[in-house]
This record gives sequence, structure tokens and C-alpha cells, in this order.
Amino acid sequence: MSIAKETLLHAYRTMKTIREFEERVNAEIMNGQIPGFTHLYTGQEANAVGVCAHLDESDTIISTHRGHGHCIAKGADVSGMMKELFGSSEGLCKGKGGSMHVADIDKGILGANGIVAGGPPISVGSALAAKIRKNGKVAVSFSGDGSVNQGTCFEAMNMAVVLQAPAVFVIENNYYSEHTHISYAVGCNDLKARTEAFGFPVFVADGADFFAVYEAAGKAIAHARAGNGPAGVFAEQGRYHGHFVGDPQAYRAEGELEGLRENHCPLKNFRARMAETGELSDAELDAIDAEVMAEIEQSVTDAKAAARPTAEQVTEDVYIQYTATA
Amino acid sequence: MPEKTMRDAINEALHQAMEQDESVFVIGEDVAGCSGSAGDVGAVGGVFGVTAGIYHRWPDRCIDTPISESAIVGAAAGAALVGMRPVAEIMFADFIGVCMDQIVNQMAKFRYMFGGKSRCPAVIRFASGGGFSAAGQHSQAMYQVMTSFPGLKVVVPSNAYDAKGLMLSAIQDDDPVLFFEPKILYQETADVPDEMYTIPFGEANFVREGDDVTVVAFGQMVPKAAAVIDALAEEGISCDLIDPRTTSPLDENAILESVEATGRLVVVDEAPPRCGLTADIAGLAADKAFSSLKAPIKQVSAPHSPTPFSPELEAAYLPDADKITAAIKATLA
Repeated sequence: MSIAKETLLHAYRTMKTIREFEERVNAEIMNGQIPGFTHLYTGQEANAVGVCAHLDESDTIISTHRGHGHCIAKGADVSGMMKELFGSSEGLCKGKGGSMHVADIDKGILGANGIVAGGPPISVGSALAAKIRKNGKVAVSFSGDGSVNQGTCFEAMNMAVVLQAPAVFVIENNYYSEHTHISYAVGCNDLKARTEAFGFPVFVADGADFFAVYEAAGKAIAHARAGNGPAGVFAEQGRYHGHFVGDPQAYRAEGELEGLRENHCPLKNFRARMAETGELSDAELDAIDAEVMAEIEQSVTDAKAAARPTAEQVTEDVYIQYTATA
Repeated sequence: MPEKTMRDAINEALHQAMEQDESVFVIGEDVAGCSGSAGDVGAVGGVFGVTAGIYHRWPDRCIDTPISESAIVGAAAGAALVGMRPVAEIMFADFIGVCMDQIVNQMAKFRYMFGGKSRCPAVIRFASGGGFSAAGQHSQAMYQVMTSFPGLKVVVPSNAYDAKGLMLSAIQDDDPVLFFEPKILYQETADVPDEMYTIPFGEANFVREGDDVTVVAFGQMVPKAAAVIDALAEEGISCDLIDPRTTSPLDENAILESVEATGRLVVVDEAPPRCGLTADIAGLAADKAFSSLKAPIKQVSAPHSPTPFSPELEAAYLPDADKITAAIKATLA
């Protein structure tokens, strides 16, 4: 499989951006600078980037509580996102959404989502719109191994098949739904077979390998785009952080996290592949690293200086003003 | 002006909206009906017949679904986020219980949580309320619950004329609208123009005008209250009867101005009393028009009980003419 150099450069830059965004967010939370509940995507970068590499702006994605990576991969403004996480009125959602609700409809980002498996039914709606309009667009929902036990996920998968909607269900297995292992929470031994039993093909990839995800997602998205109905992608890759920032991670085996970072790193794997094929040089990749670090640093500086929302903004965008309490 | 049932009035609104705007589509269980069968696809048109005929004109925009309420609401919400104008049917309003998350946590929140940058022009239709001996899971009003969620617009028509105009407003609205059709009124008729017209949200209808008591009623309680008020007029008691038509937004001014003029308030709704619309309106008046009140506010509602099955029990459960009459007279005692 040959991938254009521009695509490779963009993929690496995006994965690196997600990595540094998340690590910096982690640090800023520890410093008490970012309020609320935050769930980090570090380690799973290849999933978001490998899938979104096949999408254009008018295809849609819908994301999860662990959504920063998906939004960045789909083109969300990094500075606007950082401001949103800091709760600024200059944030992408004016400080009304925060980490769990980053969205940018104009870029086809129908939002991160605080409800596990809240996204798949909505994504089927976007896919249905594409089918009615016959415009060749696809709708991708990202969800995790926790989502596959939610009824909404089953409803969405079945309905996408029934309606032959171009919906792509990307299931990211990071092995833990919150603090509970998939071996406990999924009551069958073959999740791929269970999902395919809904009536659509599922393509499996190693989520630490951008190229594997890119290939699997390419097949799934091409299937849906061609009008063959929904398709699925399963990507397996552990997260480097807890369920939320501050999670003591009592569920981890000894050495598990170190092993993940050492042996299952999408960025390291990408660089190793480039060293092998010579498609991108170390110098090119190092330059991207430096630019990304500077961009993240600037985004934090800007977020700290950005305007804070005022009390009058509480009821903006509610679209019904109830005056009895005024 | 031609007389039409509420069912036909809503059906006509749907046809006209679909004719005018191809981003409008209907989706839900059996909105066409018979899909996948050897029989006549499209023959059902919704279990209450409200979407009758739509499939035959626009088969691509009349979409039967599995019995998957969360997926239906989610599909409507997602399609609306990308610019379509879906009208989804959830059949009985009670089934909100199985799709609450998609309504309350998803579609209601998009525009606010996304910083005002999204629109979700979806309409979700429900057949609402009691009177059919349909018991505890097929009789609830539910609109009073949904009124408490910011981010939703909530419509409760009480007659065929309003139903058509409110439905056309709902479809044109850029925000999610929950449209509760009191199913006991589907066969009730009114003069309904053939042409398209809209009724703005948040504008109450003064069904009767009077000086002594303000009566606020919702949905199927509006015609019941009107009959009571007409009978009391013979006894020399004259009442304002206000039908808010939309519970969110609520025409607070119409209610408060009337209460300030009459000094007496009776609120009638078919739902149980706790945290409902009767308490909500009573609270509004107590807060904003207390000095005008000449008597305690009276609330007429169902008791704090699930809806019973037996016809005798349901008749005792729903507010009736006697209870409404007694409440009005109590404010004058």
C-alpha cells in the first residue's frame, strides 16, 4: 500500500499533536488549571488519525468522552480546543461544553459525547441524511469497548443495516470500560463475530500501527461510501492514562503501563516504519515535533490569557428565555 | 372553511411541509407500515394514521424503522445536525422512557454545549395522554416532564386548527421540538384552512374571555374546561380560558395579565400533580402576581398515581367537569 508523502506528513503531525495536546492537558490538570472531568486519548492516536485520513470536511464523525484525539484528527482548531478545556468564552464552544463536548459542526465534528454509546444513533442519522441526499458522504462514530454493551449501540448498528445507511462504526478497544476489563464485561469470546452478526463487515487492526488502522478504515469507509451499507473497524490499543485524569488505575497489572508505552506506541512505530522505508527522514519528523511543541505551548499561553465567560452568558443559546426566575 | 379532524390536520401539515421542502422526512415505527412484508407497504401510515399517504408520495422520505426508539431519536437528531428537517414518531409518549438519553442529553444539549454553533431542527411526535383505558404505560401526558429541560421546545395542541399551524411552525423551527398530540382528540374536528399557516410558539390562545377567574388548561383539558366555563356562564360566572399551546416557551405574560385582571387562578392538567405544570403556573402567579390574588390558587390534576386501566378508575383519575367546576367555584367562595 503506497501512501502519498503529504498524507504521511499530515498523519504524523496529527498524531504528534494529539500526543502533546493530551500530555500537556494532563500536566495542566495536575496544576489545577483545567476544571472538570477529562479523559485522555494518549496511546490511541493512530486510531483517530488512521480513520480520519479517509474523510473530508463534509463527512462527519461523532466522538466519545475520550474525544480530543478524534476532534484534532478531524481538523478541530487546537487553540480553540485548549481554550474550551480551560473554560474560556473564546473556546470552540464558548466554554459551554468543555472536554466532553468539543464540537465543530462546520468541520463535520458532531461532538465529543459524555454518554457512552450516545453517539452511534446520532451518527446513523447523519448517515441517513447522506443516503437521502445521495451525496456520497459517510458518518463515522467512534466508540469504545464499553459502548458495545449499550443498547443504543445495538439499535444503531441494526438500524444502519436496515436502512442501508453509510455509517462506519469504529470500535476502539482499549481493554477497559472505565475500570472493568473487557474479558469481564463482554459476555462472548468473539466480539468481531458478534458485531458482524448484525450484518456488516468488520475490519480489525492493531491500534498501535497507523498503517494497519489506515488500511482497515480505508476498506470500511470505501464499503460504506460505495452504498453497501454500514461497516465496522475494530482497533485494539491500550490507553496510557487512566479512565479519567486522576484515576489511580488499580486495575493495571504490574508493568502494564510501561509495556504499553515501550512496545505499543503509534508514534514510535510510525518513525520505525519511516526509517525502514525512507519515505520520511528523521529531520523532517524532528521538525514536525518542534513545530507541534511550539503550537501546543502557544495554545496554552493563549488559553490562559483568553477571556473568561460572564454570568450573562449562562442563558445564551438556550433559545427559550424563562423570566420567572429572572 | 373545511372541517378536519386533528389527525387529518397534522397529516395535511406533514404533506405540505414535505411538498415545500425536500429536507423534511418522516421516520419511525410503521410510519409507512408493512415494510418488508408481502402486503401493501405504506398501508398503515402510523398506528394512529397521522402519516397516512406520505409513503405513497415520497417513499424515500417515509422511513420505517425497527422498534428502536433511541435509534429513531438519534437518527433524527443526527440528520438534523447536518441540515435535514426530520419529523420522527415515537408513537406513545410513554416510550420517552426508552429514549430519554437521546432526547434529554443529546438533542436538547447540542446548541448550548456547542457554543451556539449548531442547529437541530428535528421534530419528535408523540401520542399523549389518557382516556383510552390504555393503563400505566400508554396513557401518560409526559409533556410536563419534558418542559423542565432547557433546550427543548414543547408543544401541546388542543384542537385541529392549532395542531396544523403549530406543526408547520415546529418543522420550520431550527431547534428540537417535542410535539405531544393528545390522542383522545385525534378524531375531534375544527375548521382548518387548506392553505399553509403557522402559529408562533409562546403565544397563548384565549379560548374564552371573562372577568371573574383565570383558567389555564393544557391539551385535552382545554375542551373540557371550555365546556365547564360555558355552563358556568349561565350561572353568571365568567372566566378567561387560556391555552398556552406551547409549554416551552410559555406565554407567561398572557397568564400574568389575566391573573392581574381577575385575581383568581385555576390551573388544569391531566398529569399527576408533583413537579408538574399546574404547580409551575401556580408558582409563577404566586411569585409575580401575588398582590393581585383574591383567593388561593387552585390546581386540578390527576392524583399522584399511575394511570389505572379500568374505565371507572380512569374516569375517577382524570380531571373532569365536576372537579374543574368545583375548583373554579372554590376561588369565588
